[in-house]
Amino acid sequence: MQKTIRRGPSLPGRPAGLRPGWLAGGILAVLVALVAGVAFGPVSLPPGSVAVELLNLIPGVRLDSGLTEREIAIVTELRLPRAVLGLLVGGLLALAGGCYQGVFRNPLADPHLLGVAAGAGLAVTVVIVLRPAGGDGDPLAGLPVTVPLAAFVGATGAVLMTYLLGAAGGRDRSPATLILAGVAVSAFLAAGQTYLLQQDAESIQQVYSWLLGRLATAGWHDVLLVLPYAALTAVVVLLHRRELDVLSVGDQEAASLGLHPQRSRLLLVAAASLGTAAAVSVSGLIGFVGIIVPHAVRLLAGSSYRSILPLAMLFGGAFLTLTDVVARTAAAPAEIPIGVVTAFFGAPFFVLVLRSAKRVLT
Amino acid sequence: MTGPTPTVPAVEVRDLWVRLGGAPILAGVDLTVAPGEWVTVIGPNGAGKSTLLRVVGGLLPSSGPVRLRGTSTGPVRVPGTPTGPVRLYGTPIDRLRRRERARVVATVAQSPVVPPGMAVLDYVLLGRTPFIPALGRESAADLAVVHDVLDRLDLARFAGRELATLSGGERQRVFLARALAQGATLLLLDEPTSALDIGHQQEVLELVDQLRADAGLTVLATMHDLSVAGEYADRLVLLAGGKVVAAGKPREVLTEDLLATHYRARVRVVDGEHGPIVVPVRR
Repeated sequence: MQKTIRRGPSLPGRPAGLRPGWLAGGILAVLVALVAGVAFGPVSLPPGSVAVELLNLIPGVRLDSGLTEREIAIVTELRLPRAVLGLLVGGLLALAGGCYQGVFRNPLADPHLLGVAAGAGLAVTVVIVLRPAGGDGDPLAGLPVTVPLAAFVGATGAVLMTYLLGAAGGRDRSPATLILAGVAVSAFLAAGQTYLLQQDAESIQQVYSWLLGRLATAGWHDVLLVLPYAALTAVVVLLHRRELDVLSVGDQEAASLGLHPQRSRLLLVAAASLGTAAAVSVSGLIGFVGIIVPHAVRLLAGSSYRSILPLAMLFGGAFLTLTDVVARTAAAPAEIPIGVVTAFFGAPFFVLVLRSAKRVLT
Repeated sequence: MTGPTPTVPAVEVRDLWVRLGGAPILAGVDLTVAPGEWVTVIGPNGAGKSTLLRVVGGLLPSSGPVRLRGTSTGPVRVPGTPTGPVRLYGTPIDRLRRRERARVVATVAQSPVVPPGMAVLDYVLLGRTPFIPALGRESAADLAVVHDVLDRLDLARFAGRELATLSGGERQRVFLARALAQGATLLLLDEPTSALDIGHQQEVLELVDQLRADAGLTVLATMHDLSVAGEYADRLVLLAGGKVVAAGKPREVLTEDLLATHYRARVRVVDGEHGPIVVPVRR
């Protein structure tokens, strides 16, 4: 009947934290995802050669991979940026989701909680509805170039609205007030979006193809777009991850331990929201990663945010890049929207994690 | 009374007012606790006991009369008031920074939050938060303090266990351990035994009393069980309607008249081994 929560590497005398074994596992998952993301596609390349070609990107390394010049171009100009974008977006969504779950002490919190999804959705709908006439037939290729900017502005604007609305409720901003404000803002913005779509039925397919998420990139451009935000979010959230453990005892007790709960929460929510907005701006609304990955990590590697957050970032990135491989090969030459694939594979995977974790627990 | 001593009081509260939506919760409360003393605040529900503890613990601002505006629940400082009415070891509490304050005073809440999945060791380690740099991690010294506290409270064998799986009495000891790990000399206990059976009540209170002697702690508590309150405290403070209506040795406060007036309860008070025993009698 003895229930021991910390498994494997845990010793009673050591505090919870990032275990080297798990960190190594996370890095390995990222590397595997990177090679797989580059190797598999309409033209499959031998993974060994791909790995060699990736090593060649390290300055000073010059090995013969046996790939033709055209294949090398596919690697470096087409697939690598897409795989890296998957790592960044998946890592950001999982990190932000884990962060929100800690800040709001709510296991159902996801990165789109505070109106990010609705804000980005409305802004993108506006841009698509107002686009100049004469787009070509392909709904993805026809997206206006201003979509990423609109999504970013819409997402950050919605979070700001949520925060101001929550703050209007009084000086004592409880986590629940902020979540309720997020629900209100989301409902308001979604109503606006639905109205616009109803007025302009032709845009529906384009808007939905964006809503379902995608990692189709214009080469390295999107990666460079999202990289500064990813770095900022990761640094801020990871540096403060211990505070999330302190916040888990509630605001009152965290304050008695010397923390400033409201200040910590504001900083962490701002950082996570910025990262989510950046991810959404290049990839649309990819669901599931932000909620499933942190929970899987929590079940496997312990409940401390000191290990959840860095591991969620690594495994979230690996998960999304691998999912993208499935999204573009399963129905080749057509692409399945990646949001559909994350849900399709994520749900059974999570059931598996739940089952195995239960076995260890009992 | 202990008589005049040159030492600075551990807690000194002068004319403390706290308002919540207009109605005063505390209306001019005075309170002094000497170092090493155990003072327990008693009083009927809504008397302001927990609020008093929150102000002393620094969880409500104490600058002058503390007011809460309109329907908002956030405390608002009244501008222009002089030095705050609450002093800890002579220092006005609002002059202490949060982390400094957390090294001086530790609070065990009435029903502390049990974080899901957290192990006992990690929970007790949270008590070292005021010593761990904002972006840093715990030092070997912090861990040594935690292991020492776990040993002292006979909790070492639970170190790796999930807090949520412990029994009520064991949990209460873990809550206490976290407060002790803070290294604070002033311990605030809000209803520390309300969730425990009488055996575990005695176990926890004896433990607190022993720690008070061993570690030189000062204890300010609130309690509902009047007999138990009187047995362990040096002095009792009876709070009613936000005012101190009686204070002194248990024998002076636990009288049938005072309890009838302020609790509206019919009781018999009989002499016990360690103080008066209060027995409710049907009206």
